Amino acid sequence: MEAHATKTSSRTRSERKLGWMLCAPAVLAMLLVTAYPIAYAIILSLQNVDLRFPDENSFAGLSNYVTVLTSSLWWTDVFNTVFIMVVTVSIELVLGMAIALVMHRAIFGRGVVRTSVLIPYGIITVVAAFAWQFAFAPETGFVNNLPLISEEMDWFGGRFSSFAVIILAEVWKTTPFMALLLLAGLVTIDGQLYEAARVDGASAWQRFTKITLPLMKPAILVALLFRTLDAFRVFDTIFIMTRGALDTESVSILGYNQLISRLNLGLGSAVSVLIFVCVFLIALLFVKGLGTKLEEGRPGG
Amino acid sequence: MEHEGRDYALWSIAIVLVVLFALIPVLWLISISLKPPDELTDQRFIPQSVSFDNYKSLFEGGIDDSPFIKPLINSIAIALITTVISIVLASFCAYAIARLEFPGKRLILAGALAIAMFPPISTVGPLFDMWRALGLYDTYPGLIIPYLTFSLPLAIYVLVAFFREIPWELEQAAQVDGATPFQAFTKVIVPLAAPGVFTAAILVFIFCWNDFLFAISLTSSDASRTVPAALAFFTGESSFTAPTGSIAAAAVVVTLPIIVFVLFFQRRIVAGLTAGAVKG
Repeated sequence: MEAHATKTSSRTRSERKLGWMLCAPAVLAMLLVTAYPIAYAIILSLQNVDLRFPDENSFAGLSNYVTVLTSSLWWTDVFNTVFIMVVTVSIELVLGMAIALVMHRAIFGRGVVRTSVLIPYGIITVVAAFAWQFAFAPETGFVNNLPLISEEMDWFGGRFSSFAVIILAEVWKTTPFMALLLLAGLVTIDGQLYEAARVDGASAWQRFTKITLPLMKPAILVALLFRTLDAFRVFDTIFIMTRGALDTESVSILGYNQLISRLNLGLGSAVSVLIFVCVFLIALLFVKGLGTKLEEGRPGG
Repeated sequence: MEHEGRDYALWSIAIVLVVLFALIPVLWLISISLKPPDELTDQRFIPQSVSFDNYKSLFEGGIDDSPFIKPLINSIAIALITTVISIVLASFCAYAIARLEFPGKRLILAGALAIAMFPPISTVGPLFDMWRALGLYDTYPGLIIPYLTFSLPLAIYVLVAFFREIPWELEQAAQVDGATPFQAFTKVIVPLAAPGVFTAAILVFIFCWNDFLFAISLTSSDASRTVPAALAFFTGESSFTAPTGSIAAAAVVVTLPIIVFVLFFQRRIVAGLTAGAVKG
């Protein structure tokens, strides 16, 4: 008996060792560009570091944070980012659900729908942003030629009309991902439930609200979490369409401008750390709502 | 019967709407890429005449002078190298998580999830500074390393989901039947794991191919600039012409192969994107 026990424990031990060895390279590679840089960003954010004046580095304490948090630019950008995030994700949820239902329940043409839905997913975000920008540009675009739209409409001449185009491009690009995650939740629902409800005289709308939605809650929350965090990081579309002009900047654009365009690593890092904190808080809110279900979920694409 | 006819019509409308929604920007890009310069501002969706000049100008001057060939090579090379490394590392890790019992397993999965949510902009400043000090700024490894970090969580999750479905008993069964452990692995397990690995590879490739933030922050020249970054810095033929036509043509060149690829492997991509999402 004793010999058997030692054998099992030595086997468990070697299994443990093998498990750690196999995971070590991936874990190291993941930490290399996240844990260390974020620690470095925190250090940079506490200093005056401007690459244009490399000899003038000094300890700054929290003054960079004070500068960022008391500037109206930061709060404008937070508003812009949250506005774009909330509108984009809300439209996507409704549209994604509709597309998921079409894919799930279609009598025919399921393949066609799935195929076309994947096209936006495969397209580079920058390319999609250019396509929509050209479509709405007053000189080249076909949009102003459409009925009901003024030919003089200058979409990129105002803040909220720019947001409208930015949100459209974002919705177009990322709805497929939302739809597919929702579809994954839809297919797990037992079809017999619908049959039973139909026999009991439930309408299609009742079946949707009383069966589909409650049973899909975990899938919806997972999809919302990934898309919300993704939408909070919005950068590519805004950079291509407006470069943040006319108060259309997102927090990521602000960070980029400080870090790369102005080479002010101190202030830029403070912005980076604050973005990190925002993302952390959003994730925390969702995790509270989801409980442990999230660990079985999957990261965004 | 009448009811069925109405259903049929409704579904048809829904399907046409979805297809149009997905296709309009792509058709529009093709349309402007084919318009000759004097028709570029005609505001028509369908070009009145067709010209391939925009495509020709993309490739003019060969690898040294063309604004597009070098970025295209960079994009393909960087995405492929990252995909290979990422899939190898993720396969080891996912195999261990799917098959072995060891403490820390859940922590690794939770950590990977946290990294998937991590805002890349938060690492751009430190990386910019570090890469310049280490000589990695504007090089292939300078982009491959961050892509690796941010694609690994995706690859690990997809692979774990696929590996958990593999009937690993078959490996032992093959050994009972006289196969060596190596044969059992290569003849039985590898073919079963291949579809999952391939799916993860497609998703990682698309992820690298799509990146813009790192590409504009950590490169400064054609030495390593990828297509999305190059497009943002495209200039017209002369300083008086807008680069709209060239951008559209370049966009079509990098989009059509991906569309064909996506159409061909749509089942795999759908399986990969939804892997694990339903197990909540």
